[in-house]
Amino acid sequence: MNSKEIIARRIALELKDGDVVNLGIGLPTMVSNYLPKGVNIMLQSENGFIGLGPLKDVDPDLVNAGGQPVGVVPGAAMFDSCTSFMLIRGGHVDVTVLGGLQVDSKGNLANWMVPGKMVPGMGGAMDLVSGAKKVIVGMEHTSKDGEAKILVTCDLPLTGKSVVNVIVTELAVIRVIPEGLGLILEETAPGVTAADVVAKTQAKLTISPNLTTMKGLSN
Amino acid sequence: MEKATEMVKDGMTIMVGGFLGVGNPLTLVDALVDKGVRNLTLIANDTATPQLGIGKFVVNKQLKKAIVSHIGTNPETGRQMITGELNVELIPQGTLAERIRCGGAGLGGFLTPTGVGTIVDEGKQRLVIGGKAYLLELPLRADVALLSAHKADKFGNLVFRRSTRNFNPIMAFAADIVIVEAKHIVEIGEIDPDEVMVTGVVVDWIVTGKGGNPQ
Repeated sequence: MNSKEIIARRIALELKDGDVVNLGIGLPTMVSNYLPKGVNIMLQSENGFIGLGPLKDVDPDLVNAGGQPVGVVPGAAMFDSCTSFMLIRGGHVDVTVLGGLQVDSKGNLANWMVPGKMVPGMGGAMDLVSGAKKVIVGMEHTSKDGEAKILVTCDLPLTGKSVVNVIVTELAVIRVIPEGLGLILEETAPGVTAADVVAKTQAKLTISPNLTTMKGLSN
Repeated sequence: MEKATEMVKDGMTIMVGGFLGVGNPLTLVDALVDKGVRNLTLIANDTATPQLGIGKFVVNKQLKKAIVSHIGTNPETGRQMITGELNVELIPQGTLAERIRCGGAGLGGFLTPTGVGTIVDEGKQRLVIGGKAYLLELPLRADVALLSAHKADKFGNLVFRRSTRNFNPIMAFAADIVIVEAKHIVEIGEIDPDEVMVTGVVVDWIVTGKGGNPQ
């Protein structure tokens, strides 16, 4: 199982039946492939609809927020961009899953630009993190160069301040304590020890007394 | 179509509906690319891709400024931003939509929690309401809005289809001249009043074209 699949499978367990969920482009989109049996969710797409589903026949009028053709499920609804962000900012989205460049010990998230290098823009990410009830960041634990991405303090421009609730990586599940009170290591992937995770994390981790092996990885 | 493109002049601020090209008025945009109108300020969700819709404005260097939420799908926009050829103002998508809505709704602005504590916060007035911090965001308007619709009647009543709707209905209220490219044009009365998504009173001109998608 590759890193992305581990992350997507574990995040799927965080979703509850009936949740309204917005999945970011890329890895977060994979989460919907691994929903546990009996968990039905409504996926919101910030370009203007709810009820995103698997692609059946390509309809050029119907794409997701990444511009890819998608389908809709029965019960779906279409709307304009203002209504879309009324849902997002208004607290009507239960969970958003986003990628991350950096997350820090206060739950700050940076995921929209690297000054001078990559400036794709924030799109809907800043609205999503400020409005969704639960913000899950799914990302690889370290950068390609092995540098820590879970930091004491983010040094990239922020997407949102004190917004992250859960960080899921291929090594660990880390929960953010509200009010900037730090990070708790709750689960480690099979074969990974708490010491391994601590070594690859710059932020201080409190190790949960109930530390377990990462859930959701076996079928 | 010729008459419509004549209304867009060098130096104007234009709003264009669409999301990654889907819902751009593609025929109108192509006609403006051919015409070569320049120094435009573009207000749109994004700059599409280099070969599609408003992405061509960037490649053809017809813009002096782009006010958008995302440019990641058009590498040329990023390149021109870094070299300083194009002024790009990035705005959170929900804030962009609501600023346009305010511009069309006679409102002086709105308060949003989006962007508090980020660089979006810089230079803006911050207000605390009920213990929570909000940013004051101001309305946006344009000289001309270029929109797409699936169906229009001859009064200008509009119906959109699937995800081509996005920014189109909001922008219909927020520009001095509103031009809509419709895939299907029908007689007045053929669209049931309950099905109308944007009233024709805000639409000035309708042109036929592909509407909002490349097929």
